[in-house]
Amino acid sequence: MSDAPAVHDRFTIERTYPHAPAKVFAAFATEEGKQRWFSGPNDQWDLIEREFDFSVGGIETIEGRWKGGHMPAGTVSRMDLVYHDIVPDRRIVYSYRMAIDGKPISVSMAAIEMVPDSAGTRLTLTEHGIYLDGYEDKGSRHHGVSWQMDKMGETLPA
Amino acid sequence: MPNHSPIDAAFAALADPTRRAVVERLGRGPASVSTLAADHPIALPSFMQHLRQLESAGLIRSEKQGRVRTCTLSPQALTAVETWIIQRRRDWEARLGRLGAYLDQLEDPNV
Repeated sequence: MSDAPAVHDRFTIERTYPHAPAKVFAAFATEEGKQRWFSGPNDQWDLIEREFDFSVGGIETIEGRWKGGHMPAGTVSRMDLVYHDIVPDRRIVYSYRMAIDGKPISVSMAAIEMVPDSAGTRLTLTEHGIYLDGYEDKGSRHHGVSWQMDKMGETLPA
Repeated sequence: MPNHSPIDAAFAALADPTRRAVVERLGRGPASVSTLAADHPIALPSFMQHLRQLESAGLIRSEKQGRVRTCTLSPQALTAVETWIIQRRRDWEARLGRLGAYLDQLEDPNV
């Protein structure tokens, strides 16, 4: 435990895709679709656990153990996500927790909104993040790679 | 501990309310140690410890002129903290780029 304060942040990203909203939505809604783009290169870790239940109240989990490379070998990254609202072809609202070696490092709430326009689909991602105090814990964390952990933990295999 | 980086030291330094108050104060301009200490009801040695931690984290610099030590904010370290936070945004920018490439290569049943 620590009395360190949480750090709060919010960001928004907009993209326009020359495709119908239904097609964009499908890339989030199916495990096969999402695994084609959600994760980056993944030859540096082994999948431990994967769940994908795209429904309101449904859980998405990705846990993996690092072989080395960007992260010390043996480090376990985990994402636990809950879907809170799903409007087909329009909106996905979810929250998720990131953990490294069992210790929560961030909790975020996010919405992905899709609006049809003349060019195809305008997608807006808005995320509110709370970054926890693990970053100053000298006892149980690997130093020097905090932000990489966060980044890599999120790009575990889909 | 391996790979101790500036970002860790900066976060550790910013995790304390006294040290954050110093950073906020220095955001308005340089100040002497005694001026900074006057804002905080703690013993001077303890306060100096806070300043040393901020300085070793690269968040502030101090310079002695005669008998007065003046502290200034060092913006580079704050930029590192900012970088850490916006990394999540970059992750999503990369993902949404891959999403676009994936959509482009799909055969399109919806249009």
